[in-house]
Amino acid sequence: MSGNRTSASQNMGLRYTLVALVLPALFIIEWINGGPNAALGILNMGLISAILALGVNLQWGYAGLFNVGIVGFIALGGLAPVLVAMPPTEGAMSAGGGRIALALLAGIAAIALAIAVNRKAPGKTRIIAVPTVLIAGFAIFRMIFDPGVEAVQAINPSATGFLGGMGLPTLLAWPLGAALAAGAAWAIGKTALGLRSDYLAIATLGIGEIIVAVLKNEEWLSRGVMNVNGIPRPWPVPYEIDIQADAAFIERAAGLGLDPVTASTVLVKLLYTGLFGAVLLALIWLSQRALNSPWGRMMRAIRDNEISAAAMGKDVTRRHLQIFILGSAVCGLAGAMLISLDGQMIPSGYNPLRYTFLIWVMVIVGGSGNNWGSVVGGVLIWYLWIKAEVWGPQIMDLVTASMPPGDLKSHLLDSAAHMRLLVMGLVLILMLRFSPSGLLPER
Amino acid sequence: MDFLNALVALTNYIIIPASTYGAQLALGALGVTLIYGILRFSNFAHGDTMAFGTGLAIIVTWGLQAMGVSLGPLPTAMLALPFAIAGTAVLVLVTDRLVYAHYRRVKAKPVTLVMVSVGVMFVMNAVTRFMIGVDDIKFADGARFVISARGFKEATGLAEPLAFRTTQLLTLVTAAIMVAALFWFLNRTRTGKSMRAFSDNEDLALLSGINPNQVVRVTWIIAAGLAVTAGTLYGLDKSFKAFNYFHLLLPIFAAAILGGLGSPLGAIAGGFIIAFSEVGVTYAWKKVATYMIPGFEAEGLLQLLSTEYKFAVSFVILIAVLLFKPTGLFKGKAV
Repeated sequence: MSGNRTSASQNMGLRYTLVALVLPALFIIEWINGGPNAALGILNMGLISAILALGVNLQWGYAGLFNVGIVGFIALGGLAPVLVAMPPTEGAMSAGGGRIALALLAGIAAIALAIAVNRKAPGKTRIIAVPTVLIAGFAIFRMIFDPGVEAVQAINPSATGFLGGMGLPTLLAWPLGAALAAGAAWAIGKTALGLRSDYLAIATLGIGEIIVAVLKNEEWLSRGVMNVNGIPRPWPVPYEIDIQADAAFIERAAGLGLDPVTASTVLVKLLYTGLFGAVLLALIWLSQRALNSPWGRMMRAIRDNEISAAAMGKDVTRRHLQIFILGSAVCGLAGAMLISLDGQMIPSGYNPLRYTFLIWVMVIVGGSGNNWGSVVGGVLIWYLWIKAEVWGPQIMDLVTASMPPGDLKSHLLDSAAHMRLLVMGLVLILMLRFSPSGLLPER
Repeated sequence: MDFLNALVALTNYIIIPASTYGAQLALGALGVTLIYGILRFSNFAHGDTMAFGTGLAIIVTWGLQAMGVSLGPLPTAMLALPFAIAGTAVLVLVTDRLVYAHYRRVKAKPVTLVMVSVGVMFVMNAVTRFMIGVDDIKFADGARFVISARGFKEATGLAEPLAFRTTQLLTLVTAAIMVAALFWFLNRTRTGKSMRAFSDNEDLALLSGINPNQVVRVTWIIAAGLAVTAGTLYGLDKSFKAFNYFHLLLPIFAAAILGGLGSPLGAIAGGFIIAFSEVGVTYAWKKVATYMIPGFEAEGLLQLLSTEYKFAVSFVILIAVLLFKPTGLFKGKAV
């Protein structure tokens, strides 16, 4: 027994050492081959992926909740920088903003009234009363809402045509992104948790699609398919153009033997790396504290045996709701960070394969239930995802090199782009089958 | 006259499209609900099984067209359907053997199986893209209309047109045949009865000597048949695009849950309710209202939701079911 344990812990140590060697090695190879910009670009997205994986790991690894709508929470978080950091559109608030706000309040009031009616109304009258309240509420909502939207969207549609934001610092958008995602998670968790585990998966699939659809279509909010461009960068990060014009910076870059263009792009990326790294470290610290606290033990007890945990007096549904909200908030935070890295919000870019299922692969490969595992999975899978785009066509070229030119060859070459999906699917299935505890297993 | 025009408009824009779509959803939801009843998990790969089968049907259709085979007024794809079903059945059986069988052996939690099915979804999606690409493909041939809009106007002298496409008629007829055959199979044959017994109480079924492997195999084959038929009919009716089938997943699940997971009758009812709500909520009622209420001048289009939000309808229904009646209309399996 004790021998077993030593070999297991030695095994764990080996895994951690390997990971600690391989990840920096990949980064250095990329730096040498592709230059510092490529390497740092992958690292920055890798850090955001790691945060996303941490959030999903909270839900899956700690509590066994299957969230298939991660893309929605990321998109909702991504709305926050638009609302916070964009300058307000001149005259939009007076033209229709007030109406829109009033309409949203009316909508919320209608839902609240419906809930109250549902609780209070006696027996059968509910079946008529609740839908009546909802339908009337919806009609009133549309009557106030539609003229407001038209007025806002009519303001210089090619450049703005939306409400704009509040013109505040971008960093403030990060907690707001988390709060928005947490609100959506509360609503969805309240309905779907406590039922069969599949129902949460299906409900989150729905909320994910709907949030993305709202962002794509509500032009007054997010400019829809016209995208929001030029979202200000978060606090310490400057613009390349500005620092390239700075004489002191050019001198210092020359002192390091760098030309000002490379030096400025690298500096910007490094500052982002610092910001994201700080957030990631803070989240890991918090997650580790939580995991090893009595609360974390209770969570795992619930995950491993809901019935016995319930018999011990734990409110399983409440705890599930709590952790579902926490995990979604982390995803919203990462979504806001993602948009402040890109500087633009492209609602049509929120693809569930890329923003939901890829995150799942990260969590499973890294090791569900292990925070460090999620970080490693996030960075590693993001690296492979980027690289598969390059390697896929190269491998196809090799495979088809000896083939005579023709339909089959060109078809195969064209379909190399789909290799990533296949690889990710196979990785997920194989990991679940043969190594369900992942690269860094939970102890 | 106005009343007749209103009726025609209603039929043309709501009843015919919604029934067709409802039939397609019902076939899809039947597959989901059967897999749920027997294998006890929500199969997220079902949408991509539909896409794969439809892709296969399109390729066989092209082959048949190249050989000069056609069905006259009916789309050639109907002739390709059996081949596509056979191919897809082989795929899902191999998938079951390689992937799902292990989790049944170790008696994994349902949520693990759901997750595995997400992995399968990925792979099937990729295979479909390899096979046929990501472009929009129209593969309906044969006669386009049973009743054409102009023909109807000339024949009746009404102001409103009524169009009834061949693919719509075909969908309704095929779905009716499939459902009848399925119910006959489940209620009258030995294998069908053993499937229902297995779904009701697994342990009892095993005690009475039902072969679980056979039940599972037959379930997959039937689910593949339903999925490919639903997918091909949907593709004929609209057009084929690999990614659209992923978006069908939500209405299909909503239909299955609304009817009660595990209940075939519920899946059919759910499919039609979802389809009629979706079409009804996103339809601009102005025309019908103008005919029905004399002297009525509508200000807007009288459209409750724009068509981009059509799946919000299935979502709202899904949430309402989860809130008020998680077992569904027809008393599905466990909550």
